[in-house]
Amino acid sequence: MKTAHLPTGSAVHAAHGSMKGYVIGFALSLVLTLASFGAVMEGLVPKGMGLAAIVVLCIAQLVVQLVFFLHIGTSADQRQNTAIFICTGALIAIIVAGSLWVMHNANVNMMPMDMSPERARLRD
Amino acid sequence: MSYTVIHNAHEHVGHDDGTKTTLGFWIYLMSDCLIFAVLFATFGVLAGNTAGGPSGRDLFELPFVLGETMLLLVSSFTFGVAMLNMQAGRERQVIRWLGVTFLLGAAFIAMELYEFAELLHAGAGPGVSAFLSSYFSLVGTHGLHVSCGLLWILVMMHQVKCFGLDGVTRRRLACLSLFWHFLDLIWICVFTFVYLREFV
Repeated sequence: MKTAHLPTGSAVHAAHGSMKGYVIGFALSLVLTLASFGAVMEGLVPKGMGLAAIVVLCIAQLVVQLVFFLHIGTSADQRQNTAIFICTGALIAIIVAGSLWVMHNANVNMMPMDMSPERARLRD
Repeated sequence: MSYTVIHNAHEHVGHDDGTKTTLGFWIYLMSDCLIFAVLFATFGVLAGNTAGGPSGRDLFELPFVLGETMLLLVSSFTFGVAMLNMQAGRERQVIRWLGVTFLLGAAFIAMELYEFAELLHAGAGPGVSAFLSSYFSLVGTHGLHVSCGLLWILVMMHQVKCFGLDGVTRRRLACLSLFWHFLDLIWICVFTFVYLREFV
């Protein structure tokens, strides 16, 4: 019966990692998560650096999980997935950064609610 | 030997060796990623618009969110263990670890539903402000994905039990594995940009 268990498609089975990989990924994720929450809840990071700290920790954890859990990498059978992921990452960066930028500009340049159109024109 | 018969019948349904399926599923995940990107962008734009209602700082409790995060992170690891057992061809272990993953995921969903109920109870429903609308859309969409993942886990536990670990169930488990880990990735962004950001 054991022969029935033999894998058929190599690509499906090529990249599931090892116990060691999962343990390392899990431990790193745990440390990074606790660091994020610790930085905010315990105020371990100086004022003004908080946002930068959690963004860096977030990106670090994303990379850790992509590598150890989703097995993104440069090996031949993963290259296609990695390329698609990078393209999507670029699209996401454009959508998110673009939206925030455009809407911030719109907000800054919007006429204050308590101002009449005539006064707004006079100020220009 | 009836198992072998089912196995063979199962095997020749499609001539795909599995490469295309996982690639296709990966492309689907990336499109899902774009959905979340748009929801994150919306949240980013609207996060400050509380319309006189409560802000995230008044509503969120970080220890609770840390609990949710831990559940999802541990479930990601237990799914990994299930996949390792699949590689080794240990059916019973696969079902057991999928079960553990399901319980952890279900606990996460239970916590999230409790959190939503508390917010609604406190008068902070999605209709109160643009901030809360975008919050419920973003976190709710993630919760909906996790719920679908839970259903999928149940289905796969059943399939592994009925069909064993043949090419088809292995392929489906590989896709589910990608899906489950992907949801954990989204949650990392959620707890960073939705919850923690309110308190820095």
